[in-house]
Amino acid sequence: MHTRGKAFIAGIFEHPTRKAVDKSVAQLHAESARGALEDAGLSVEDVDAYYCAGDAPGLGPLSMIDYMGLRNVRHMDATDVGGSSYVLHVGHAAQAVAAGKCKVALITLAGRPRSEGMATGTAPRNYGDASPDVPFEFIYGPTVVNMYAMAARRHMHEFGTTSEQLAWIKVAASHHAQHNEHAMLRQVVTVDDVVASPMIADPLHRLDCCVISDGGGAFVVVAPEIAASLKRECVKVLGCGEAPKNLMSGQVDLTYTGARWSGTQAFEEAGVAPGDIDYASIYDSFTITVLETIEDLGFCEKGKGGAFVADGNLISGTGALPFNTDGGGLCNNHPMNRGGLTKVLEAVRQLRGEAHPAVQVKDCRLALAHGTGGSIGTRMGSATTILGRVDA
Amino acid sequence: MSARKIPAPPANVENQDFWEACNEGRLMLPRCGDTGKVFWYPRKVSPFTLSGNVETVEAAGTGEIYTYSIMRRSDPQYAIGYVRLDEGITMMTNFVDCDFESLAVGMKVRLVFVEAESGQKVPCFTPA
Repeated sequence: MHTRGKAFIAGIFEHPTRKAVDKSVAQLHAESARGALEDAGLSVEDVDAYYCAGDAPGLGPLSMIDYMGLRNVRHMDATDVGGSSYVLHVGHAAQAVAAGKCKVALITLAGRPRSEGMATGTAPRNYGDASPDVPFEFIYGPTVVNMYAMAARRHMHEFGTTSEQLAWIKVAASHHAQHNEHAMLRQVVTVDDVVASPMIADPLHRLDCCVISDGGGAFVVVAPEIAASLKRECVKVLGCGEAPKNLMSGQVDLTYTGARWSGTQAFEEAGVAPGDIDYASIYDSFTITVLETIEDLGFCEKGKGGAFVADGNLISGTGALPFNTDGGGLCNNHPMNRGGLTKVLEAVRQLRGEAHPAVQVKDCRLALAHGTGGSIGTRMGSATTILGRVDA
Repeated sequence: MSARKIPAPPANVENQDFWEACNEGRLMLPRCGDTGKVFWYPRKVSPFTLSGNVETVEAAGTGEIYTYSIMRRSDPQYAIGYVRLDEGITMMTNFVDCDFESLAVGMKVRLVFVEAESGQKVPCFTPA
């Protein structure tokens, strides 16, 4: 069973906060849910499915469904694959809708790592002593930044990728973020600014990293008959894919991601090719995340990502592949250290023609959103979704 | 500059013998008894066949750097990396007793054991 065209995204909301000292995590989830339902023109009573991931407090859906007073839920999914979860949820929601299990699925994300002073990228991250890989890795001090840095180093070694090429990804994101009033970093930066910023973990500089922000967001996936009944413009879910990528029993390869497989699934289901995509939301925890993903999704040949992203090729209006026109995680928002949900939101804005006029892609008919979770190449989730305008 | 202290590895019933061998100066690699293929990280179930037929083989302790990163935002700084052993598996490690600036992808390295905070010896690598 394919799900092409059998579900729609009807409402979206990005919480405007970037530092939420006065709000709880549950409250941020609920405020995001309210915003997305209002955007869709739906009510709490209409929601019959709820999806969340590891950022939801307590017992995930069991706690949040109760907190928000969702009384009609008959389908749930709490798949947690890190920051890629919410892109994966688009696919799972579309499948559930297509199977007739639900008609209005609400997906939320929220968190407050900034208010809680979390050393997101630079403190060694222990997935729990019971995780079987932890004894053989955690002791050596893997952090989010140095794990991605090791991928960047290997990519540079195999393909000649340079720090300056990676820097172009941040430069493009900053060109977009200047137009987003909610973005954390609105100043346009240059390649020189990026490579001159302090080294965090070789070869990644501070400006190769995304922001750390509080906040959240939500979106609503609905059945075709619901979409047809709403005044708001909905976008069609055309194809979805998901894939794990891991240590592969010791055959570690950090030069590619699970996007190789999730992207193929999504393109096949949608019946389109990378060259058909008008706009792409690419997960951007770090510049290297974008570069490898662009290659793995087939926007360019493997190893040619450096040349592809250089010279402004990702900047809307001038480049061949406009990406992350909200400023992305690199400049706008990376709520709860999970950038997957905001990737979906900007893709929907582009398809509705509601991105900022300075970055809106002309006649945007097909968009892609890609999520990355966990740690690149070693214990990662990859999820891709392809969305289209109703007439696509 | 003093070196970063390595925290004690969380031992459990499945990996206890691996850590005991380390204390005796041996890096034991798990090998699938069904396929003969060496794998990493240590476990009692083969990731190739899901069988419990897993044996071990002592590593020669030689290999080369697959990738690395120097953690600058840390005091003291440390060098983390993946080493590809001559036996064909790639494992995470720290590079010790060396000038971090001299490290390079492809550099030949050899095994050394470093005491973690608990006194447990853990496998690390240094330029050969």
